[in-house]
Amino acid sequence: MKISFIRSLTALAGASLLISACGATPTAAPTSAPAATAAPAATSAPAATTATTAGGAYKIGMILVGPYNDKGWNQATFEGLDYVKSKMPGFSFDYVDKVNSADRPNTKGTQVADDLIAKGANMIIFNSDDFKDDALETAKKHPDIPVIHVSGDYAWKDGKNFKEQKNLINIMGQMEYMKMLAGCSAALGTQTGKIGFVGPLINEETRRLASSAYLGAKYCWTNVLKKDPKALEFKVTWIGFWFNIPGVTLDPTKVADDFYNGGFDVVMSGIDTPEAATEAKKMQDAGKKDYYVHYDYKLGCDIAPDACLGSPYFNWGPAYLDAVKKAQAGTLTESFSWNPPDWKNINDPDTSAVGFLPGKALGDKSAQVDALTKGLADGSINLYKGPLNYQDGSVFLKDGEVATPQQIWYLPQLLEGMEGASSAK
Amino acid sequence: MKEKSQSTSRALVFRPARGLTYQAGALLLSFLFITIIILLTGESPFRVVASLWDGAFGTTDQFARVFSTLTPLVLCSSGLIFTFTAGLYNLGVEGQIVAGAIAATFILREFQAVLPAPLVVAAGVIAGMLGGILWGLLAGVLKVFGKINEIFAGLGMNFVAQGLAIYLIFGPWKRPGIASMSGTEPFGESLWLGRFGQTDAAPVALIIAIVALALTIIIMRNTHFGLRLKAVGQNPRASFILGMPATRLLLSSFIICGAFAGLAGGLQVVGLFHRLVPSISSNLGYLALLVVMLISFNALWIAPVAFFFSALNVGSLQLPMVLRMESSLSGVIQGTLVLLALLARGFSERARKAAGGQ
Repeated sequence: MKISFIRSLTALAGASLLISACGATPTAAPTSAPAATAAPAATSAPAATTATTAGGAYKIGMILVGPYNDKGWNQATFEGLDYVKSKMPGFSFDYVDKVNSADRPNTKGTQVADDLIAKGANMIIFNSDDFKDDALETAKKHPDIPVIHVSGDYAWKDGKNFKEQKNLINIMGQMEYMKMLAGCSAALGTQTGKIGFVGPLINEETRRLASSAYLGAKYCWTNVLKKDPKALEFKVTWIGFWFNIPGVTLDPTKVADDFYNGGFDVVMSGIDTPEAATEAKKMQDAGKKDYYVHYDYKLGCDIAPDACLGSPYFNWGPAYLDAVKKAQAGTLTESFSWNPPDWKNINDPDTSAVGFLPGKALGDKSAQVDALTKGLADGSINLYKGPLNYQDGSVFLKDGEVATPQQIWYLPQLLEGMEGASSAK
Repeated sequence: MKEKSQSTSRALVFRPARGLTYQAGALLLSFLFITIIILLTGESPFRVVASLWDGAFGTTDQFARVFSTLTPLVLCSSGLIFTFTAGLYNLGVEGQIVAGAIAATFILREFQAVLPAPLVVAAGVIAGMLGGILWGLLAGVLKVFGKINEIFAGLGMNFVAQGLAIYLIFGPWKRPGIASMSGTEPFGESLWLGRFGQTDAAPVALIIAIVALALTIIIMRNTHFGLRLKAVGQNPRASFILGMPATRLLLSSFIICGAFAGLAGGLQVVGLFHRLVPSISSNLGYLALLVVMLISFNALWIAPVAFFFSALNVGSLQLPMVLRMESSLSGVIQGTLVLLALLARGFSERARKAAGGQ
C-alpha cells in the first residue's frame, strides 16, 4: 500500500505539472488566437491570403482522402480550388488532406467538416467516393452549408441511392470518354498486346472506368490497328484502396512491376498515385520498352515523359466555380452533375470538365486518338452500344442498344474480354 | 516478505522529494525537446499550443470529441492497470478492442432486423466485451501455457484481429457492390448510442468508462484480489511458492483487460463509427499503454492523464488545418513525455539505490 501511495504522490506531482502546463494554455490562447486564424495565409497555399472578412468573400473547406500533392486524383481536386481563386478575388479555402483510416485513425470526415465550418467555411467539399456517408451526415447537421460530394450519387434523383437533402450536391466528370481515349492510346502503344490496369477498390465507379478504358483499347486495337480482338489481353488488378496502405492494400509498385515483368508492356493507372509511372520509368531506365497511361492529373506525363502514352484528367475548377456562384446567388440546391467534356476542345481549362493529353511516347499515333475523339464528339462512335456482354457472358446491351447513363454509372460487372475480379470475393 | 516490504518502505521515505525532482526534470526536458522540434519545423511553439487548445476546446463538437476519445482510452487504461500490475505488458490490448468491435458488429448485423433496437445495442456492447475477453484470454493462454512472451503473443493477436476486420470489411461484410477501406454499411440511426446533441460524445459510453475506472480503483486499492495481483506482479515465483494461484491470477488480469478493451471496441461501433472500419481501434490501445506507463500504473491518475492525451489527440487536427503541420506531432509529444518520465523514474531508482547503499 505504501508503495502505491508514494507512487501516486509522484504521479500526482507529474500529473499536476501536466495539468498546470495544460492550464497555462488558456492565457496563451486568446493572445495567439488571431495568429492562429491568420496562419493559413502564411503557411498554406497562396490562396488563403484573403480572410473572409469583407462582403463577397467566400470560403471553401475541403476534405481530401489522400495527400494534396499526389500527382493524381487528390491533387486534381485540390487544384480546382486554385482555379476558383484565380477567378474570384475574395475567395479563400482551408483543407485537410489524408483523411483516411490509415493516416488519421481517430478522425472521421464529418469531424473534419465540423472543424472547417467552425473555421468559417461557407461550403464543404468532400473529394472521395468513400465520404458519401460523411457528406450526407454533414449536410444534415449543417443544413445551411452546401456540401459538395465529388463522385457520389446520393443527390441523383434518377439514381439508385437518392437521398433527399437540399444542401447536398454531387459533381463528377464524364471521365468515361477520356478513359476510352486512354485505352485507345494504350492499345496503340502496346507491342505485346497485353495491357495491365492497376485498379483501386472495386465499386461502380471503378468498374465503369476500367470498362471504358477496355472499350477504348478494344476499339483502337480492332478498328485502327485491324488486329484480332482475341489477341488483346486486358487485365485488371485491384489493390483494395485508392492508394497504397502498407500491410492493408496490395502494393501498387509491386502490382505495376508484376505487370511489366509479366509481358504487359503498357500499364494503365486507375488509382490516385503514380506508381505505374514511376515503375515504367524504372523499366525504361533499365532499357525495357514499357509504357504507362496516367490518370486524374493533367501533368501526369511529366513524371516520365518518355514512357507516357497519355493522361486522362479531371478539370474540377469550372464545376467548383459554378457551385460557388450559385451558392452566392442563393440558387444552389440538391443536384447531381455528371459534367461532360467540351467537345470543341476537351483541354479547355474553362469549359471542359475532363480532358486528355497525349504523351510523348505516343508520338504521331496521337492523330488516331484524335480521330476517336472526333467520333465520340459527333456521336458517330458510341462504345457503349450493343452488342456488349458482361464479363460472365450474360447480355449487357443487345445489338444496337445504347446504354443509359444509369446503366453506365451502376455497371454491375466488368465486360466480356476483361480479366480481373468484377466484385470482391 | 514482510521484512522486505518494510525495508523498501524505509528506503522509500526519501523518494517523494527525489522522485518529484526527477519527474519535474523529465517534464521540463520533454517540453524543451518538443519546443526544439517545433522550432526546427519553423513554427512557433505558442501557435502550436494555441492551435492544439483551440482544436480540443474551441467548439462544442471538439470538446465532445475529447470525451468520445476519452471513453475508450479510459477503458483500455483501466484494463491495462490489471495486466501491468500482474507484471504483464499486454500489447494485445489493441487487438482486444478490434475483437470487441467485430463481435459487436456481428451482433448488430445479425439481430438488427429481429430484435428491438435498444436490445440489439445492449447485446452488441456485451458481445464486444465477450469478444475482448476471448482475445485477451487467448493471449493469456499463449503466455501461461505456451510460454510465449505476452508482448509477442499480443502483437501477433493484434495482427490477426486487424486482418480479420479487414477480411470481413472487404469480404463477407462488404457494402453492396463495394469493397473499400471505408468500412461496412453504416447501421441505421436507431442503432446509434444516444449522443449529446449532434456531437460525437455518447453519455452512456462515458458512464460505462467511469464505472470501469471506479471499479479498477476500488479493486486495486481495497480488495484481496488486487493485493494478490500485485504480489504476482512483483514476484510470480515467490507468490506461487507462497500458495497463490498465479496462473489463475494472470489469466484473470488478461480477462479483465480484454473485457474493458472489448467494451471499448463495442462502444466504438455503436457510439462513434456506427459501422466496422479498419481503424476501429483508432490506435487508442497503444495510446492507453502510454497513459498507463506515464502514470506508473496508478489508476487514480488515469482520468486526468487520459483527458490530457485525448485533448492532444483531438486538438492535433488543427495542426494540418491551421499551421500545415503534421498532426502526428501530438504523438511525438505523448511519446516524449512517456519516454522521459520512464527514464527519470529509472534514474530516480538508481539514485535511491545509491543512497540506500550508503
